[in-house]
Amino acid sequence: MKWLMVGLIVGSTVLADLLQSFEMKRHSVAAEDLRPGQLGRMLRRLARRGPLVLALFFMAISFFAFMKLLSLADLSFAVPVTAASVALETVLARLVLREKVTALRWAGAFSVACGVALLAM
Amino acid sequence: MAAGQAVADVPIPNPQSATRRVDFKTRLLTAFVVTTNVLGNFAMSWGMKHQAVNLGLSPFAYIRLIFTPWVLLGTALLILWLLSRMTLLGWADLSYVLPVTSIGYVLSAVLGKVFFGEQVTWQRWLGTGFIVVGIIFVGLTAANTTKQEPAR
Repeated sequence: MKWLMVGLIVGSTVLADLLQSFEMKRHSVAAEDLRPGQLGRMLRRLARRGPLVLALFFMAISFFAFMKLLSLADLSFAVPVTAASVALETVLARLVLREKVTALRWAGAFSVACGVALLAM
Repeated sequence: MAAGQAVADVPIPNPQSATRRVDFKTRLLTAFVVTTNVLGNFAMSWGMKHQAVNLGLSPFAYIRLIFTPWVLLGTALLILWLLSRMTLLGWADLSYVLPVTSIGYVLSAVLGKVFFGEQVTWQRWLGTGFIVVGIIFVGLTAANTTKQEPAR
């Protein structure tokens, strides 16, 4: 059950992040929109974007699966183990989002993935 | 003379300082994303550990649990995290945001040890070291490689 939840969290997080990154790159939010008075307008604008709504759906799956995981495992296990998505998402960011992933960034992502694996032990 | 002075008084935009300002905003938002994530996870975990609720597959148990104080606080913080992270993803690459915000995993492990007395083995501390090194590497790369910084 524990590992099923981890798989569900990682899978839905990867899909949610790719959708969010894709859509937010197309229509990024300006710093001025983060002011408290502008938040409502920003939220209404975000709610009209299909990929973001789909991303929220996947994040909701991830959220409830994470709640279940927290009831089954330690915080110091649950949080790091779900970061297994870092390596997978870096590869997909290069292939799907066409980001320029330099050698230094690959090294950093690999180091983070190793660290996450060690934390999950 | 006055017109010449007025022209001379107009500050000439310095591209380097503009870049630094943008970088500062990105870093500030990154710090906010990490803080809301760590505190949100902590509040959620605290709430879950102090509720004697057996979570099955029924959605009603989850919904009831969301409205308990600590889980509600955690949920509110995680909503803030979601919105700020979404904004950050518009300003920086996914392959930049993911590793840099991974410091949250380390901080969560530390909070788990300090507040919940969870056992943090040497493997976990070594893992923490790897994550920190990875964050430093990725932090040295450009935040956005796919398009120009948006006007803010």
